Amino acid sequence: MQLPNPETLLAEITAKIQTQLEINGAPNTALVGIHSGGVWLMQRILASTKQDVAHGMLDAALYRDDYAQRGLKTEPKPSNIAFDVTDKHIILIDDIFYTGRTTRAAMNELFDYGRPASITLAVLINRGGAELPIVPNIVGANIVLKPNQDLQLTQDAGGKLLLSLQKASHV
Amino acid sequence: MYNPQLDNDGNLKHLLTIEGLPKKILTQILDTAETFVGVAERDIKKVPLLRGKTVCNIFFENSTRTRTTFEIAAKRLSADVINLNVGTSSQSKGETILDTVDNLIAMHADMFVVRHGQSGAAHFIAQHVPDNISVINAGDGRHAHPTQGLLDVFTVRRYKPDMHNLRVALVGDVLHSRVARSEIHALTTLGVPEVRVIAPKTLLPAGVEKLGVQVFHDMKAGLKDVDVIMMLRLQNERMTGALLPSAQEYFKTFGLTPEKLSYAKPDAIVMHPGPMNRGVEIDSSVADGSQSVILPQVTYGIAVRMAVMAILAGGNA
Repeated sequence: MQLPNPETLLAEITAKIQTQLEINGAPNTALVGIHSGGVWLMQRILASTKQDVAHGMLDAALYRDDYAQRGLKTEPKPSNIAFDVTDKHIILIDDIFYTGRTTRAAMNELFDYGRPASITLAVLINRGGAELPIVPNIVGANIVLKPNQDLQLTQDAGGKLLLSLQKASHV
Repeated sequence: MYNPQLDNDGNLKHLLTIEGLPKKILTQILDTAETFVGVAERDIKKVPLLRGKTVCNIFFENSTRTRTTFEIAAKRLSADVINLNVGTSSQSKGETILDTVDNLIAMHADMFVVRHGQSGAAHFIAQHVPDNISVINAGDGRHAHPTQGLLDVFTVRRYKPDMHNLRVALVGDVLHSRVARSEIHALTTLGVPEVRVIAPKTLLPAGVEKLGVQVFHDMKAGLKDVDVIMMLRLQNERMTGALLPSAQEYFKTFGLTPEKLSYAKPDAIVMHPGPMNRGVEIDSSVADGSQSVILPQVTYGIAVRMAVMAILAGGNA
């Protein structure tokens, strides 16, 4: 299967986020990346907007609904939201949208910091398979994958984004 | 080797002592604790990890500070907490430890935090409980106090991240301290090359050198060029017989004063597990001084206890 070039997709969602920034006003907007892929994307987007936008990062591990089954297997990374969430238009950024459970967890965590004016979800790829009534607002590409396929975003030493498709280990 | 703290896959099942814990698990606890430090700084100081779980603090021996920090840690994870001061309840009516524990199991407790005056008590309870229940040792006799050891190491790592280049000195009553052994094990496991103990001969256990430490009986020599000074509390309530001439005499020789602190590196940090005996093991101007990290230790203690509970409670379903 031919995977899209993530760098092209990033340019597309960056343009859409730029529009969003203009609509809401940069001072009222904040970018929040979800570890790890969403944080890489957020940093790239911040660099290209050339604007001073509030930003932070979340690891929704402590809010996941499958914690009782899976535990904290991979080491969670600290969340860092150093701005006042209340009344901000939050653009939540993740790499791959799948079941929607990570988004649900991230939204719950965000609300523990304050009451945002709105939350927009931006993702590089929507791979289909949502298990919750959550749909990303800004999408780089839609790809339909089987449950036994695992799509991963990685970053090479030079910061270049790469997509790879593997057989899922957990299915 | 069988380790009752780990399950068959090598994951943490109970936390009884730092001895024998692999470096991987120690690092996992410290890294997880990093994520909890920030939780306390938010508007809503709670995460939903232990929602619907019941944590029982069973304290056969009094320790307000340890019990309080475990209680806060459990509550910040959204657990329900029950505090039992067994010393003042059923045990005084003649109930055995295991009967007390069985009653709590029948009430569907999920986790026990155990403090007991006898070494091995938490271990004994861990062997008795069913698979779905985890036990955390909150101090057993002279044996171990693993979360205190972990929070001390966490504090060291936060202030001095390069643990492979550190000189750490433990000062004071090593003989009666359950923290000292935990700390020595954790520090050496995480790669600290030089751990010293400084104490009068009467307050050192026999064969302390076997733990891989250097022994000093003089503060000037022992504190020279150290990065971290961990003061130990003079355990008056555990002291039997005349091990020391007097508290004043002890302070003169081993109390941490600004002058003695000056032998250490200028950026050395001063730690103390509390409660402090000011004017006995530490001078007030040092305890409240700029090199003291005694209060951050308390704050980090909650994050470390949250991490231990979160790791134990996950992956059991």
